[in-house]
Amino acid sequence: MSRKVAIIGIGMTKFGELWNKRYRDLITEAGADAIKDAGIEGEDIQGLYIGSMSPGLFAGQEHIGALVADYSGLSGIPATRIEAACASGGLALREAYLTIKSGAMDIVVAGGVEKMTDVTTSSATIALMGAGDQEWEAFKGVTFPSLYALMARRHMAEYGTTIEQISQVAVKSHHNASLNPHAQFPFKVTSEQVMNSAIIADPLRLLHCSPITDGAAAVVLASEEKAKRLVDDPIWIIGSSSATDTIALHDRKSLSRMDSTIIASKKAYKETKIKPEDIDFAEVHDCFSIAEILAIEGLSFCKLGDGGKITENGETEIDGRIPINPSGGLKGKGHPVGATGIAQAVEATLQLRGKAGKRQIKDSENALIHNVGGSGATTVIHILKRG
Amino acid sequence: MAVGIVGYGVYIPKYRIKTEEIARVWGADGENIRKALFIHEKTVPAIDEDTSTISVECARNAIQHARIDPQEIGAIYVGSESHPYAVKPTATIVAAAIDAVPELTAADYEFACKAGTAAMQTSMGLVKSKMIKYGLAIGADTSQGKPGDALEYTASAGGGAYIIGTKNLIAEIHDTYSYTTDTPDFWRREGQEFPSHGARFTGQPAYFKHVIQTARGIMSKNKLKPDDFDYVVFHQPNGKFPLKAAKTIGFEKRQIMKGLVTPYIGNTYSGSTLLGLARVLDEANEGEMILAVSYGSGAGSDAFIIEVTKENEKRRNPKPLQGYMDRKEYVDYATYAKFKGKLKGVKLEKP
Repeated sequence: MSRKVAIIGIGMTKFGELWNKRYRDLITEAGADAIKDAGIEGEDIQGLYIGSMSPGLFAGQEHIGALVADYSGLSGIPATRIEAACASGGLALREAYLTIKSGAMDIVVAGGVEKMTDVTTSSATIALMGAGDQEWEAFKGVTFPSLYALMARRHMAEYGTTIEQISQVAVKSHHNASLNPHAQFPFKVTSEQVMNSAIIADPLRLLHCSPITDGAAAVVLASEEKAKRLVDDPIWIIGSSSATDTIALHDRKSLSRMDSTIIASKKAYKETKIKPEDIDFAEVHDCFSIAEILAIEGLSFCKLGDGGKITENGETEIDGRIPINPSGGLKGKGHPVGATGIAQAVEATLQLRGKAGKRQIKDSENALIHNVGGSGATTVIHILKRG
Repeated sequence: MAVGIVGYGVYIPKYRIKTEEIARVWGADGENIRKALFIHEKTVPAIDEDTSTISVECARNAIQHARIDPQEIGAIYVGSESHPYAVKPTATIVAAAIDAVPELTAADYEFACKAGTAAMQTSMGLVKSKMIKYGLAIGADTSQGKPGDALEYTASAGGGAYIIGTKNLIAEIHDTYSYTTDTPDFWRREGQEFPSHGARFTGQPAYFKHVIQTARGIMSKNKLKPDDFDYVVFHQPNGKFPLKAAKTIGFEKRQIMKGLVTPYIGNTYSGSTLLGLARVLDEANEGEMILAVSYGSGAGSDAFIIEVTKENEKRRNPKPLQGYMDRKEYVDYATYAKFKGKLKGVKLEKP
């Protein structure tokens, strides 16, 4: 398992309410962009992994691997759909990475896609709740905003985290999204607007919640040998880890931390011999503003309980100590669930290449991407390195 | 030959329910909804009011305003998505009630919220071709919103009637223009009690696309720009959408506020554009230019360029919309539910 794996091409659709684009249009558009970016041909691709959470409920479509291969003109190659709720994209990336690392293939595309706006909001909410425990949570009327609201309440009670601090996550995400042409919400919001937005699940308000989004992203992965021959600026995946926790929130040891993130990050740091302070920026899973606070604590960018404080101090801003979600995150950029984990890799690659435009983080070398499924039952982490 | 409006009449029920009262029942934030949708209250039809009674009321008012002999009306078209009968016209009820029978043609129209303006266009064609002397175009609804649905805050009742002719015009219609696509943003199938809608899909690809394209289309066809109009009236499903559309096209608030009535009476569906236009005509003076653009889900828009004549100042509508807007009595949700037949098992028997 000594082969190195690189990202050599990236592609991503605009995120948003893309009424005139079908599920298959989204993923083929992102895939074609990634292939073009890598400068390879279709016949170079040996395998596909597609992260997609719930195309059956959102678009009536299953059998995603074959569909994507077909509409990409790649029929014949193995193509596999990966599902782990909102961590589907991150896990698809991991499977592609492992496939190359194992020596089974040399060039693999990892994509992620979700088409969420063809159904009503209530249908989308039901589909998303499939990420939780159907018998012990969904049947009792629990939805995702309420699960994260419970975590927020607990965090506030245990650590004194304030609603102002939680709101600052959304303010920062929207600021970064305003610099991202692919973002669903490329505009700024004030703390006051966040705290006065409609209440969803107390204490979480509308602007603490990531949106329902259509979108897709894709990356081309290659072995060291191929990468060096094909591109000048490969971005290396130097670490990949994943961890699980109980599917239901009430079975967790603690509601105020995310153990799957803590376990996965420890593994990733150990594997890469990189310390949290060596990470120059991170794309983390802020499906709700409280989730970003849990993420940066779980990733050891600060002590448990200090996530709100370092956000309030500006340490997670683009020019701060540890920039978080320069893309705008799930909140500002949008959250087409299956695509999110791949879109994080796209952003990290852009940043490490120094091609992120107005939101470019200076002199970054190591990036961490963090993708969560459900209320934290799955975490996938990758560490990316320039050069 | 000029074609235009000889007279018009409006009617809205006197009962109102406030946004906050509906929100209270559903545990929603009424103030937030009121601001977000720009809707303060909506009309509620009394238990014995329906599209036919509303149509008759506004048709009578239009006759009174036009000062014509109803026997000279050669066509009546009633546009609505809440005709009391699935089979049996509303237009015949109106024709009989105003004594326009029997030598005339009549039919009911349906095109979601724009059937009333479609009726105006048909009438324009008939009078312009001299097939008839006067045409009566009505848009009226007692619209349905599923209890608890976002539509419930706006779906209201009311209507407008326009007598189209070629002489004694209070306003001349210089041109009309339509834009139609097959866009399923809002629908109700045969036999269903309440309509379904595509939530946010009803916005950008539906309402905004059609209203904006139609407004731009008719202006470009006539080499006019927003500045050339004193007033603009758009279909108004809530208070917010028409304001946003106006801003996008380049109209200013002063041009749209007079005809923006939904925040105070709700969305009267087929009556919506016609009532907004009526409020402008109630006070407009000679030479003033009006752009009116309807919208019907499904989807399409009809636009009209209207110039007010001196006749409108000489012959002001004796029953202006403002009078009906000021005449109001608030009801609570329970009364509203009773009036709208929303109480399960306590339905008014219909013959």
